[in-house]
Amino acid sequence: MFDVQQIRKDFPMLRGLTMQGHPLVYLDNAATSFKPYCVLKAIENYYCNCTSNSHRADYDLSQQVDELYEGARSKVAKFIGAKKSEIVFTSGASMSLNLVAYGWGIKYLKPEDEILLTEAEHASNILPWFKVAEVTGCKIKYIPLDEKGKLTPENVSKTITKNTKVISVAQVTNVMGYVIDVKEIAKIAHQYGAIIVVDGAQSVPHMKTDVKDLDCDFLCFSGHKMCGPTGIGVLYGKYQLLDCMDPLLTGGGMNTRFDMCGDVGLQIPPLKFEAGTQNIEGAIGLAAAIEYLEKIGMDEIAKYEIELRQYMIDKMKEIEGITIYNPSADTGIVTFNLKNVFAQDAASLLNSKGVCVRSGQHCAKILMEFLKTTATLRASLYFYNTKEEIDIFVDACKKGGDFLDAFFND
Amino acid sequence: MHFSMTNEMMREIIMDHYQNPRNKREATSEDYQTIYMDSTSCIDKIYIQVKIENDRLVDVCWHGIGCAISTASTSIMTELLKGKTVSEAQNIISNYKNMIHEEEYDPEILDEAIVFMNTSKQAARIKCATIGWNGVNKILGADDDE
Repeated sequence: MFDVQQIRKDFPMLRGLTMQGHPLVYLDNAATSFKPYCVLKAIENYYCNCTSNSHRADYDLSQQVDELYEGARSKVAKFIGAKKSEIVFTSGASMSLNLVAYGWGIKYLKPEDEILLTEAEHASNILPWFKVAEVTGCKIKYIPLDEKGKLTPENVSKTITKNTKVISVAQVTNVMGYVIDVKEIAKIAHQYGAIIVVDGAQSVPHMKTDVKDLDCDFLCFSGHKMCGPTGIGVLYGKYQLLDCMDPLLTGGGMNTRFDMCGDVGLQIPPLKFEAGTQNIEGAIGLAAAIEYLEKIGMDEIAKYEIELRQYMIDKMKEIEGITIYNPSADTGIVTFNLKNVFAQDAASLLNSKGVCVRSGQHCAKILMEFLKTTATLRASLYFYNTKEEIDIFVDACKKGGDFLDAFFND
Repeated sequence: MHFSMTNEMMREIIMDHYQNPRNKREATSEDYQTIYMDSTSCIDKIYIQVKIENDRLVDVCWHGIGCAISTASTSIMTELLKGKTVSEAQNIISNYKNMIHEEEYDPEILDEAIVFMNTSKQAARIKCATIGWNGVNKILGADDDE
């Protein structure tokens, strides 16, 4: 039974902190999420009870750490329906996307090839591909969004050609917040012999993910947006793809042998991609986060967030002159602007009421040409938010006309 | 006048400069020095242009996109610095930045710019309230990392 008040007790950041003298209302979950005590405890346990490096196994302590680290990999694999050998630990979704772009894209793409992206992608799913295009001479094309700002399989079909080798798209984009039909788009990609790379940074934390069902070739996500620590992320890749791509980093732990003539033998995936001492506390913390999310249930989380979103949209519609850019999206991301108030000034006003929202271009700078505005506000929910918090947020928005209040604290 | 200035008056000054920014134009003449200022954390993207003749800032103008705070603070700055010598301008900028960072400053020489005295209460806005000022400071040869 989903009980938000009970859940809130699990989070130290929700113990009644204030900001600018008001109860803290955190609505920037698309940027990062709060961490429950169990995640902090798992990290503390590693440092207090079994600090040592992984993949040594010469003594009991190290053996224990291997069990935790590799156990974390198994946990991640099970969480998204993958095999353990298909899970590479990275520093986050950005690193995962870069790894695919550099390790697979630069290795295999040719000047006549095309990469398909959309205007709604995060910078981390665009800039690495710019680099691939620069190095290989291949082309980047943008799949048009529909009038709501959503990527549809129909538009993928219209844009894809026999030269398309990669489609790289977010399952949920960080500004528009629609859930796209990855399964259908993967089918289209595969019909043309292209691979599909999915940026799951905004989707994996909020809904059940099954990579076998989606049939995506790569999936990238971050730990810190799903109650895990910062600095840990995941690259899932189909094993045969991971096997034939290059690592981004070389060094200790990723080779099996090397000699003075430069002959190097690499580990098989996933270890091939994990050079140097890994973020052990991060992996352990992420495993604890996954355990926590699974205990609540990903379907329960998704259901509650959609209910909360609907409540927020209904309330926000009462705000005079508000523009909501994605009223029909199906996640907790709401992008909007208040009448006659520049986004950053509005965010500052909300700050003065204890409310955290994001202003700006949200790392999706080219999308602003689609939305026809220079900046927006974004409120993004997670399963520990409440209707009461939304009421506080909406009341603060209603004061939009007096946005300089933030500056004078009256 | 400064000490009697109420919050209401300060608001009005900020709103006035936001809605009717002064010296907001692009100078195309080659005797202007131009600097582009932006920030990774916000939307402000502005160009500051200064014309210096005989050690004097004979013109200061700017153009670009900014929030209310960056727009108003840059607008007020252009009025304040226009006509000053380089060292006078540097002194004003340094007093302004002291005010923003809650250090000692001389309110008299800041004139209208004292409307930003509360910026430190909204730490996230310090960048907005100083973006134009840092631009001129750089043109005048400052080497700070802000």
